[in-house]
Amino acid sequence: MVNNDTAEKKIVINPVTRIEGHAQIDILLNQDNTVREAQFKVTDFRGFEKFTEGRPYYEMPAITSRSCGICPVSHILAAAKACDSIVGVNPPKTAVKLRRLMHMGQLIQSHALNFFHLSSPDLLFGFDSDPASRNVFGLIEKYPDLAVQGVKLRRFGQEIIEKIAGKRIHPSEWIQPGGVRWSLSRDRLDYLQDELPKALEIAENTLAMFKQMLSSFRDEVENFGNFPSYYMGLVDSDGGLEHYDGKLRIMDKDGNVVAECTDPLKYQEYIGEAVEPYTFMKFPYFKAVGYPEGAYRVGPLARLNVASHCGTPLADEEFKEFKRLGKNGVVQSTFHYHYARLIETLFCIESTKKLLEDPEILTEHVASRAMVNNYEGVGIAEAPRGTLIHHYKVDIQGRITWNNMVIATEHNNIAYNKAITQVAKKYVKTQQLQEGMLNRVEAVIRAFDPCLSCATHAVGQMALAIKLFDANGTLLDKQIR
Amino acid sequence: MAENFMITLKIDGVQISVPEGTTILKAAKDNGILIPTLCDLEGLTPYGGCRLCLVEVTGSPKLFTACTTPANPGMDVTTNSERLKNYRKIAVQMLMSERVHMCAVCVANDHCELQALANQLGVNHVAFERHFTREPIDSSHDFLVIDRNRCILCTRCVRVCDKIEGVHTLDLKKRSKNTEVIMDLDEAWGDSCSCTGCRKCAKVCPVGAIYIEGEAMSQTKNPDVAEFITARRNRK
Repeated sequence: MVNNDTAEKKIVINPVTRIEGHAQIDILLNQDNTVREAQFKVTDFRGFEKFTEGRPYYEMPAITSRSCGICPVSHILAAAKACDSIVGVNPPKTAVKLRRLMHMGQLIQSHALNFFHLSSPDLLFGFDSDPASRNVFGLIEKYPDLAVQGVKLRRFGQEIIEKIAGKRIHPSEWIQPGGVRWSLSRDRLDYLQDELPKALEIAENTLAMFKQMLSSFRDEVENFGNFPSYYMGLVDSDGGLEHYDGKLRIMDKDGNVVAECTDPLKYQEYIGEAVEPYTFMKFPYFKAVGYPEGAYRVGPLARLNVASHCGTPLADEEFKEFKRLGKNGVVQSTFHYHYARLIETLFCIESTKKLLEDPEILTEHVASRAMVNNYEGVGIAEAPRGTLIHHYKVDIQGRITWNNMVIATEHNNIAYNKAITQVAKKYVKTQQLQEGMLNRVEAVIRAFDPCLSCATHAVGQMALAIKLFDANGTLLDKQIR
Repeated sequence: MAENFMITLKIDGVQISVPEGTTILKAAKDNGILIPTLCDLEGLTPYGGCRLCLVEVTGSPKLFTACTTPANPGMDVTTNSERLKNYRKIAVQMLMSERVHMCAVCVANDHCELQALANQLGVNHVAFERHFTREPIDSSHDFLVIDRNRCILCTRCVRVCDKIEGVHTLDLKKRSKNTEVIMDLDEAWGDSCSCTGCRKCAKVCPVGAIYIEGEAMSQTKNPDVAEFITARRNRK
């Protein structure tokens, strides 16, 4: 909220472009025109937690996945895991492997979408370049080979999902509490195995290209949300990188593991949710420290920070190199989300290979059948953007009586505000509104890859209105691009 | 003897002969002319509820439900005029507006006769105000579930329960758009003492109103079950 004593003016960036969803950024200024604070506001209101009340628990994968068209698979899996815990059964081994395999497809396609379609125009054209061509179409024109690679990599991810679950987006019919509905056929497996080497090559090349570019972004690495925070992510029983199941680990800025949640039902002992009046997005925080000091980050950067290794040969090599960027192996610049995302993409393709070669993957027993045995269930999975938690309570007939979804993007909320404040302080000089500096404020959000709803604005066609107000609310300056 | 007495009529300009007493719907179907319908099912008593099988008969200003109207000698029936197409579109839209029909998150998505018909007729929007009912779901039965918000009141379940299974667990209460399928004396399904759990209601439900928990719709749906059992029973 604007305090008239200390802040006279306000800059509004609305909408923020090239992210998934709708948001605006308000930059609040002091009397001397320096930046006091920046606020990230999510203007969508969805209401999933309320309108799912009364629906049967097994409909939840289908309904909740509609909150997002980019990562429906992650929602489907978190929901299915919550349902598994309501029925109280373990899915057959092959069902778990197939679910994991589908999730690898999800991570590959989503990471490719963020890197190639949304973020690479900033990196390749520079933050001060003309916004008219700084988008995916500009990319196609100037770097057609790279754009095609991006499309191909994303397609591979989507094809994994389609071959396993029947369709690319919202494949909720395939999932069921206690397993999945159908097994994988040999011809589909063969197809994916044939396509895999090409995807692996693209991932390796992209990572090599990114590492080459890194030296030219020293300034951004230094100032793009480069601040200490806690980190949260799933790890497997050995502490390795994990996306589907495992324990939830919270790590501090120095690399010490401060909490590990092994029972998903107890996540609320570790995470609290605060509410601010200016946005529809909640502010989760690490309970042991409190709000807002308990700010933590999730997503690719956090996952690599909390993990001790990846578990696949190529990704492990890259992982070691990545860890050297930070003190005690904790990398804190938000800019490195891009880097972490590309390492994860490599990991996911290698994991896909491993799963496809698993002798059990074609087994036909893929579902355990059960009825409501518990009245509460929690499912935790690592969505492309971070930890995703679905928490349901049901009545004796399995009808949802209470629903709490903690979306990956929410976890980073405090971090968004910190990061944009840092970037705004460094780059926004309020005498005039410059394209590049405002884009940097946007770009830091883009580095987190937030997914604010189900929409994708891959092309910079939406108007970006930046407004400068004085203390009385009078418009001083306005730029529209 | 009467069964063997053949009559001749014209459907969509084609001369056809059928045994006396045959409905227009059956006469058309047996001769390769498909008239859309949601409530009718071979093997069950015709009901005439969904109004999708309306046809024109030359010489009469009113429309007839093909499922309940017997074919008469010399009848000239039109099954697919522009007027009928329009009425059918309206009927589908009215069914969709009456309760909650959200295909994307429905258990019957891609296995729904209402959805298929809407696609076939080119219904791409609902012109009427939608009524989002919030009837509680009854999943008290071990595996059968009824979501009355998706019910289109075709009464296939009521008829299959009565005529084929012979227990008459299901029936209707209230009137008009407030009509509801009930079990026994309006009890929770799990408390019904007459239900045999035969699943035929779920097999014939054209939408996602009655289904089997945890079973894929592709496995459950089998509307031909009524015709099949009736044919077996009548086998000489």
